[in-house]
Amino acid sequence: MFVLTKKIKIFSLALIIFGLLGIAFGFYSAPSTIEEAKEIIANSHHGDEHKSKNHYPGEIHSSMIESAKEHNSEQPSGHQMSHDEHVFHQLANRPWAALYVAAFFFFMISLGTLAFYAIQRAAQAGWSPLLFRVMEGITGYLLPGGIIVLVILLLSALHFNHLFIWMDPEVVEHDKIIKAKSGYLNVPFFLARGVFYLAGWSLYRYFSRKFSIAQDNSNDISNHVKNFKLSAGFLAFFIVTESMMSWDWIMSIDPHWFSTLFGWYVFASMVVSAITVIALMIIFLKSLGYLEKVNHNHLHDLAKFMFGFSVFWAYLWFSQFMLIWYANIPEEVTYFITRLEDYQIPFLGMLVMNFILPFLILINSDFKRLNWIIVMAGIIILIGHYMDVFNMIMPSAVGDQWSFGIPELGSLMFFTGLFVYIVFDSLTKAPLEATGDPFNKESEKFVY
Amino acid sequence: MANKFLHAIYDDDDKLLDAVKFLKKEGVYIEDVFTPFPVHGLDKALGLEPTRISIAGFLYGCIGFAFAILMMNYIMIEDWPQNIGGKPSFSFIENMPAFVPIIFELTVFFSAHLMVITFYLRSRLWPFKSAENPIPETTDDKFLVQIPVSDNEKELNSKVKKTDIFKIDLVENKDE
Repeated sequence: MFVLTKKIKIFSLALIIFGLLGIAFGFYSAPSTIEEAKEIIANSHHGDEHKSKNHYPGEIHSSMIESAKEHNSEQPSGHQMSHDEHVFHQLANRPWAALYVAAFFFFMISLGTLAFYAIQRAAQAGWSPLLFRVMEGITGYLLPGGIIVLVILLLSALHFNHLFIWMDPEVVEHDKIIKAKSGYLNVPFFLARGVFYLAGWSLYRYFSRKFSIAQDNSNDISNHVKNFKLSAGFLAFFIVTESMMSWDWIMSIDPHWFSTLFGWYVFASMVVSAITVIALMIIFLKSLGYLEKVNHNHLHDLAKFMFGFSVFWAYLWFSQFMLIWYANIPEEVTYFITRLEDYQIPFLGMLVMNFILPFLILINSDFKRLNWIIVMAGIIILIGHYMDVFNMIMPSAVGDQWSFGIPELGSLMFFTGLFVYIVFDSLTKAPLEATGDPFNKESEKFVY
Repeated sequence: MANKFLHAIYDDDDKLLDAVKFLKKEGVYIEDVFTPFPVHGLDKALGLEPTRISIAGFLYGCIGFAFAILMMNYIMIEDWPQNIGGKPSFSFIENMPAFVPIIFELTVFFSAHLMVITFYLRSRLWPFKSAENPIPETTDDKFLVQIPVSDNEKELNSKVKKTDIFKIDLVENKDE
């Protein structure tokens, strides 16, 4: 049995407390009126940084422009959103967006782990049963993390923030495009869908974990068989709901934009960070003296998955980018124009961290067996995929008013602490080795 | 080169593997082993050096990568930067996404083909090469360990006979 050490407890609690302070500071420093926003902008714009980019109402936010235009054509006298008001919304969104990015990032790690776990069960993998309990521990964060994401979405729906512009009836009123989508993008249906996804995933997690533990003390493999069937069913459910979740929770931040492979793209990001976290957890638990039977052959397999899914992520990223860049259709391409213009460093840096570095580091077979190499590549991959979520959400929420400061760091620390605490806590609740699994012996002897 | 060989023939891959490990431990020099299919762990038992073909493959991939970039840059940017459907052919980087499919394919092409050719050269395989099987059964169900013999025939014979052998032959090399 794994014992939660005092060090981990103190470490995670410290992260949670400092993170909370950072989050509180973020909300405190966000403007609550347009005047305050103006002041912040006046103080932060020292000189030439923004000179080249004249802020006039038409330029700022692609989706806003469209809505503004639509709106103008309908009502010439119009109440077009002024520049100041727009910047105010962006600045007010910043602590919310920072919270949302971090909340989603950690939630997606546990969801990705759940999907990977279900794949291992449905594929009857012979190498991974030794890792099942670690994966189950990571998915322990699924329900609490998912509830936090849902609460943030609920608060958006209650107009505590302006993350999702389609939730604002006034915007929808004057925006033909969003109006046409309101059959899908309306608050009650949106929230109900969110609850449905999370309920489905959590139910799978609950029963799979239950069968997995029951298998340890049983004389036949009936629990294993149940788990196998359940996992196969879950995977079918997951691929549909994951895709819809990515439309709902991420793509709808840009309600004027759509991409057909977006669900896959989010999935790739999800599963590569999940596998990385599994690998890091195993290295950490081994260093504490647990998981004696896990050896570098298992790590080698995980590192291969890290490598493969990094390339898969890059493939999907490029497929999405290149098709839109190549065709250059105005209503689609604004998505990448805002990112290339205002987010150059995170946008291109993410490509280096999520594709080029893992590709070059993890291509060597011997390197994939070295702990320090996997830890290094893993940290790069995790930062890279945080940046990926950041790039997906921030441009539509805060536009060119983004930066990586205390609100973002605070949210990241808070959720890291929460994740670490919940995951290690759920590891203490069952033996670290799934001894009853029929593939356990094979997994022990696994050699690559 | 010795022109006498001891042919130790086995009828099972496990027996072969055990025999090779035993002979290695006894200090017997093994010239070659012939098997009808890959025997897992045989290279380790024989103490063969790991292959470097994947390193060669990586380098070939780099060549293909560079070749593709130089080619596209010369053709599309330097030689005749025509406006084709509004694509920005002012510099390589601006039009780069359009070249990526070609760069990718040429990298894979170079890496794969040159690696295969390297394999053929290194293992001396070509269409009209005469086969080298000492006995044809090694392509079907027999495993053969070839041990060169000089004047230690008796000693070798006794050592080989300690293994789970199917048949043992002494052959003279006809080529020399």
